[in-house]
Amino acid sequence: MKPTDTSNPDYYHKVVDCQWACPAHTNVPEYIRLIANGQFSDAYMLNRKSNVFPAILGRVCDRPCEPACRRRRVDEKPVAICRLKRVAADHRDDITDRLPVAPEQKNGKKIACIGAGCASLTVANDLAPLGYEVVIYEALDKSGGLMRTNIPAFRLPAEVLDEEINYILDMGIDLRLNSPVNSMQELLDEGYDAVFVGSGAPKGKELNLPGREDTDRIHIGIEWLESVAFEHIDSIGEKVLIIGVGNTAMDCCRTSLRLGGKDVKVMARKPRGFFKASDWELEDAEEEHVEIVINHSPKEFVIEDGKLVGMLFDEMEYDINDQGRITDSRVIGEKFFPCDDVILAIGQENAFPWIERDLGIEFDQWDVPVVDAATFQSTREGVFFGGDSAFGPKNIIWAVEHGHQASISIHNHCQGQALTERLPRSMNLNSTKMGIHEWSYSNDYNPAGRRQMQHVDLSERFKKINIEVELGFSLEQVVTEVERCMNCDVQTVFFDKLCIECDACIDICPVDCLTITHSGSEEELRQRLSAPAENPEQDLFVSGDLPQTGRVMIKDEDVCVHCGLCAERCPTGAWDMQQFKINIPYAKDHQ
Amino acid sequence: MSYITKPVARHPGQRKNSLGLTARDYEGGMSTLCAGCGHDSITAALVQAFFELEVQPHRVAKLSGIGCSSKTPAYFLSASHGLNSVHGRMPSIATGANAACSDLTYVGVSGDGDSLSIGLGQFAHALRRNLNMLYIIENNGVYGLTKGQFSASADVGSKSKRGIPNQFEPIDPVLTAIALGGSFVARSFSGDKHQLVPLIKAGMAHKGFALLDVISPCVTFNDHDGSTKSYKYTRDNFAEVNKADFVPHAQEITVKYDQGSLQPVTLHDGSRVFLRKVTEEYDPTDRSSASAYIQRHQQKGEVVTGLLYMNSDAPDMHATNNTVSQALRDHEYSDLCPGPDALKALQQGYR
Repeated sequence: MKPTDTSNPDYYHKVVDCQWACPAHTNVPEYIRLIANGQFSDAYMLNRKSNVFPAILGRVCDRPCEPACRRRRVDEKPVAICRLKRVAADHRDDITDRLPVAPEQKNGKKIACIGAGCASLTVANDLAPLGYEVVIYEALDKSGGLMRTNIPAFRLPAEVLDEEINYILDMGIDLRLNSPVNSMQELLDEGYDAVFVGSGAPKGKELNLPGREDTDRIHIGIEWLESVAFEHIDSIGEKVLIIGVGNTAMDCCRTSLRLGGKDVKVMARKPRGFFKASDWELEDAEEEHVEIVINHSPKEFVIEDGKLVGMLFDEMEYDINDQGRITDSRVIGEKFFPCDDVILAIGQENAFPWIERDLGIEFDQWDVPVVDAATFQSTREGVFFGGDSAFGPKNIIWAVEHGHQASISIHNHCQGQALTERLPRSMNLNSTKMGIHEWSYSNDYNPAGRRQMQHVDLSERFKKINIEVELGFSLEQVVTEVERCMNCDVQTVFFDKLCIECDACIDICPVDCLTITHSGSEEELRQRLSAPAENPEQDLFVSGDLPQTGRVMIKDEDVCVHCGLCAERCPTGAWDMQQFKINIPYAKDHQ
Repeated sequence: MSYITKPVARHPGQRKNSLGLTARDYEGGMSTLCAGCGHDSITAALVQAFFELEVQPHRVAKLSGIGCSSKTPAYFLSASHGLNSVHGRMPSIATGANAACSDLTYVGVSGDGDSLSIGLGQFAHALRRNLNMLYIIENNGVYGLTKGQFSASADVGSKSKRGIPNQFEPIDPVLTAIALGGSFVARSFSGDKHQLVPLIKAGMAHKGFALLDVISPCVTFNDHDGSTKSYKYTRDNFAEVNKADFVPHAQEITVKYDQGSLQPVTLHDGSRVFLRKVTEEYDPTDRSSASAYIQRHQQKGEVVTGLLYMNSDAPDMHATNNTVSQALRDHEYSDLCPGPDALKALQQGYR
C-alpha cells in the first residue's frame, strides 16, 4: 500500500463517520462538545449552518448519522445524535440576532421556488442573504410541505415547524400560499432569473386489486395524513389495516390510534429485516401496541353489500440465504383480516403534470426529470430541481443538502459563472494538546449505554392528536449522552519522521488498531495487523517509511475510540490529536 | 503519566484463549513510566505471552525489587500474586516463595541497578541454585529513577545525556549468568516482540532459572546519540544468533522447518523450543563456545541476542535439595510442624 494522502480532506472526513454519513455534513462531534459545554445556542447555530432546521431534524430526521456512528462498532448502540440535536434546539436562547439577514440593497435577480418545503426553504435561506429576491409558490394554505402534511403533530409540533420556517421567511421571502403552479410555461414567462422546483414527491402509490374502486374506505397514506394535518379528517374506523411497512406506514398507524383506531395492524409482505421503516419508528409504533403482521401479501379488498369488510392476503414463505437475501418465495395459504379502513403506504413518487413537455426540460422513461446529480440543473438552463422532486423520495436532510447545492448553482447561473465552478472542500487541523497529557476535548472513554428517550404515558398521549410523544432528554441524560461521543473529529495525526518505533502507542491502544510492520497489499495487510481489519468500509492509514527500520505505521480506523493514549504514550510527539474541521462551501462562499 | 485509565472498549474481534480470557484480561494498571519507556513494551510482551500460554492469572506470582523496572509488575496480570521487595532482594523473596509454593509460575522483573549493583549477590545465588523462575532484567544502562547516572551495565565509552563517557567495565548479565551456571540464558530487545514473546514463553516453561536480559531503552535519559542502549544503537547493532519458536506441550507442530538449520530443544514439561539458526557457527548448548562468541562480538559493539545458552537437564533448587514434590502449602499443618516431641526426637538424633 502507498502512504495515505491525508492532505485530501476526504480521508479525515471519512473518519468522522457521522459527519461523512450526513448528507449535509453536519459537524456532529463539535456540536456535541458545545452541548457538553452548555453552549446550546452555539450548538444550534453550528447545526443550522449545515442542516438549516435543527429543531425539526432533532425530532424527525432519518438520522443516517446514527447507523454510521463508530460507537455502534465498539458498544452496540450509537450516540443519540439526533436527540442531542433536539437538546441544542430545546435549550437555545433567542438566536434571532445571529440569523442571516437579507441586505437592503437587492442584487436585482429574482428566483422562483415551487413548493414551500424544506428544499425550497433552504434555497431561500442560502440566497436571500446574497440579495436575491425569492418567491415561493405553495399550493396549500400553509408552508412546510411534507414536513407539515406528512409528519404527524405528535412527532413534530406545529410551533417548532413555524419557528424555524419563519427564521427564513422573515428575511423578506415572498411566500405565496394557495398558489399552485399549473403551468411551468406561464411561470417561466414571468421572467425569473432561475426557477427551483422543490415540489416534492406528492403522489402516493396505488394498489390496484379487486375491490379497490368499490369503497371509499381505502386511503392513500400521504393524502390521508395531509387531510388529518389540515383537520379535514378527524376519525377512522376501529379496525385499521396499514399496507406497507415504511416510515409513512408508521405515521399512519400511530395517527389511526389517535383518531379512534383500536385494532391497528401493519401488514408486511416480507419478514422483519426487510422493512423500510427505521428501527426507532418501528419501536415507537410497537410501543403503542400496533401489531406488525409479517409475510402477508395483499390479494383482494373484500366488499360486502357495498361496504369494505376486510382484506384477503396470501400467506408467504421465503427462502433466505446466508447473506440475508431472499432467494425464493411461495404462497402457502390465504388469510382474511377484517377491517373498517385500509391505508395504503407503499411508497410515493413525483409527478409533474404541470410541466409542459416542450420546454426543453427532459423527462426519462419513468417520467422523472433528468437532473444533474452535482448541479441539480435540469436539461433546461436556469431550471433546477431539488428534494424529492429531483431524485424521488428521500428525506428532509437530503432535501436540505439538495437545496444548498442548487443554491450554489443558481448563484453561479445568475452571476454568469459555469455551474461546475464550485469551490472545493478544504480542511483545518488544529492540535488539541493543552499540556503533557491534557487535551482540549474529553478523551476519557465513558462506557455508559445509550440513554433512553422518555415518552408521554400511553394513557395520556392519545387524548389529543398533537401531544408530542417524546419529552426530550433530561439534564442527567444529556450529561451522560454527550460523553458517549468519542470525538472522532479529533484525528490521530502521525508524523513518521519523528517515530522511534518504541511500540508505546501499539502497547497502549485499547482497541488494537495500530501496527508497525512491513508494507504489503491492502488485502494481505488487513489480515496481519494487531487485530484483523475486517471492515473494508473503514480505511487503513499507512505512514511513510519509519526512520529506524523502514517499516510503516498502520492504523485501522475502524474502531479507534480517539482516546488519545497513543499520543499520550508517544515520547517524541509522532502522534498528535488534532481537531479536524471540514469547510463545506455554500452559495455565500462563491461571491 | 496519563490521567485517564485505558478505555474499557475492546476490539470486537478480540480473540479469547481456552480459559475464555482475552489478552486484555492479562493487563494490569496504567503505567506511570515515561512515555516510550522500553519497560512498557516488555509489559505488553508479557501480557501477550501469558495470554498465548493460557496461564491462569492466579497461578502466577510476580516479584520485583526497586526501580523503574520494578514498577512493571503493577502493569500486568492484576489478578496474580505479587510482591515488591526491598532493593535488590527480590531473589531471596522469590526463593522463599518458591520453596513454599513450588507449583506457581514465578516471574521476577528486575533492572540493571536492582540486579547488577545492589542486588548482584542475590542475583548470583539465585542463578547458582537454579531457582525455577523467569528472571527478566529490564536493562537500560542508567539509573532512570535517580535521573540518569550510569548503571553497572553501561558500556565503556557510552555517553551520558550530558556527553560524558562511561569509564567502568560493564557487568554483562548474560556472560555472568553463563559463568555462574545459569541453565537458560537469553537476550532480547524491547523493540522486537517477535523475538521477545517466544523467549518469555520458553523461559516460563523452562524448569530452572531462566534469565532474560532485555535491552530496554530509557527514553528519557539514555536514548541519545552516543548511547549504546538507545533504540537506534540497538537496532543498528542487533546481532541475532537464532530465532526461537516456542511450541507448548501437546500442541501439534504445524510450521514447516528447514531441518538443516533447526535445533529442537525439549523442555521439562514436554513443550519444545525450536531454534532456527541465524548464525551457523553458534551453539547454544556449548557453554564455553557460547561465552566466547558473545564476548568476541560484543567487543565489536554488537548486541548479541537470542537464546544464548540452555541446559534443560540442570536440576532446579527443589531437585537438588530433594524436597517433597507437593507444594508445602498443600501439606497438613501437622505434617509441616509435627510438634515438640518430634523436634526433641530430631534433636536427639544429632547428639
